[in-house]
Amino acid sequence: MDLSFLTIKEAHELLKAKKFSAKELVNAYFEKIKKMNSALNAYVLVCEKEAISAAENADKKLASDGDGILTGIPYALKDIFNTKGIRTTCCSKILENFVPPYDATVVSKLKGAGTILLGKTNMDEFACGGSNEHSCFGPVKNPWDLSRVSGGSSGGSAAAIAADLCVFALGTDTGGSIREPASFCGCVGLKVTYGRVSRSGVTAFASSWDTIGAFAKTVEDSAIVLQTIAGCDEKDSTTPDKPVPDYLNNIDAGVRGLKIGVPKEYFGEGIDAGVREVVMNGIKEYEKMGAKIVEVSLPMTKYAVAAYYIATPAELSANLARFDSIRFGHKPEREGKDLIDYYFNARGEGFGDEIKRRIMIGAYVLSAGYYDAYYKKAQKVRTLIIKDFEEAFKKVDIMIVPVAPFPAWKIGEKLNDPISMYLADALTIPINAAGVPAMSVPAGFVEGDGGKDLPVGMQLIGPQFSEDLLFQVGHAYQKVTDWHRKRPNV
Amino acid sequence: MLSEEQVRHIAKLARITLTDAEVKKFSGQLSGILDYMDILNEIDTKNVEPTLQVTGLKNVTRADEVKEFGDSDGLLGCSSLEIKNNQIKVKSVIK
Repeated sequence: MDLSFLTIKEAHELLKAKKFSAKELVNAYFEKIKKMNSALNAYVLVCEKEAISAAENADKKLASDGDGILTGIPYALKDIFNTKGIRTTCCSKILENFVPPYDATVVSKLKGAGTILLGKTNMDEFACGGSNEHSCFGPVKNPWDLSRVSGGSSGGSAAAIAADLCVFALGTDTGGSIREPASFCGCVGLKVTYGRVSRSGVTAFASSWDTIGAFAKTVEDSAIVLQTIAGCDEKDSTTPDKPVPDYLNNIDAGVRGLKIGVPKEYFGEGIDAGVREVVMNGIKEYEKMGAKIVEVSLPMTKYAVAAYYIATPAELSANLARFDSIRFGHKPEREGKDLIDYYFNARGEGFGDEIKRRIMIGAYVLSAGYYDAYYKKAQKVRTLIIKDFEEAFKKVDIMIVPVAPFPAWKIGEKLNDPISMYLADALTIPINAAGVPAMSVPAGFVEGDGGKDLPVGMQLIGPQFSEDLLFQVGHAYQKVTDWHRKRPNV
Repeated sequence: MLSEEQVRHIAKLARITLTDAEVKKFSGQLSGILDYMDILNEIDTKNVEPTLQVTGLKNVTRADEVKEFGDSDGLLGCSSLEIKNNQIKVKSVIK
């Protein structure tokens, strides 16, 4: 069975035509995962038994015509989504034995749609990182060059898509954690409008920034997945009661007459020349298709990283306060003499370096005397970033920028230099600050060492709740280019 | 610059035990990160309102009703501590 570039649409057609059964498809994936995962470290858990039983159910549905487009489609989940009866660790030692007693809302929705969960993917601990090196299971290797990072924090999901170890995958994006690894690994990564997808049952990192989205091989597949997971959920009060449009309705409408904004701040200093060229070529492609290119300005861009690394650690430190290893979580080796000792030891042993750093930054910026100077200041800067986007979207329909300032770097290169790692998110963070949707679409390659191709994504940004427009614009590009079809030689 | 003493104080607020080596490492790294934040002082935010929520939702409430989760054994089973009478046994708080 050829799993290379197998999309949802194609797999669905082949399942319907009985070219293979869901069970055969799932077994083919497990065989491939067994062969390749030791080199990539994309999966931290495979759930073979559960998947095969789900596949048998899917085959029954397919035979009785009671199926939908996702019936029998195998997928992967970042290990931050709670899965009933299946270990969920957030790639942290503090949760090494955690088996959730319930499913996240999106997991229930996908189960209801007949999908099959293949396993849980590697990530930076509690979704904090841009390289997937901060995982208690070790780093994910980039399928295009095994000596390089996959990007993070949803690195395992991105690598699993690029190496064809699943049909689609889910991740979370707080400051770029879907788009950056999607760019580094060469897949489609969607970050939705804040609140479009329920986060119930997904461990919180920074609650006023976190979003959930999909990794896919095509823009069209991304639309199909969002159709199933989007919508209001009473268990997540940040999901507005706003109808979910039919995301495939306008996907073929093209881009003629559309105004595409190019903000100059995203193409200046610090942006790799090769990356800039790839994205500019992508923009030219849109011009050829009849879009109008308009220069715009987002002057607050350079302040977003600083605002983010105040606000999100603050929220993280509050969210992770519940990790006391009482109701769930790792029991420390030294339990200590009393309850407070137990907390100190459980957290000291359980959290990795990056989480300790961020919890401490968070505790510091929220502590007496610093709240106004740091936390409140960051929230005010956030207001100004939002204004930037509002102004720009008065002039244009959509914006196109690079996803990351540079391609995937060497494993270990930035590990002891937090600031330089944080700057990798400089072009994705402002989008989370404004709560708007954005999508990374493969747009070409730059040459790495040894002549290896390194994927580069371009980032499409729309106003809040304009995911349908992102799909329309992204799909138009994929109809005239084939960057997304290129596969690494792992 | 964050002194090692300040790092120990923050770690205490955050309920995290640090080794001496960690205190040393984090003191340098956290200072670097906080120095980087100074860039925000370039911006005048005197008359700017802080943003707490980006899509305009406000005071979302629900009926104050108890709903049974239905699987108390499953919930208690998540703990690595001893369970007694449907409760988790923890270390002493008051001597």
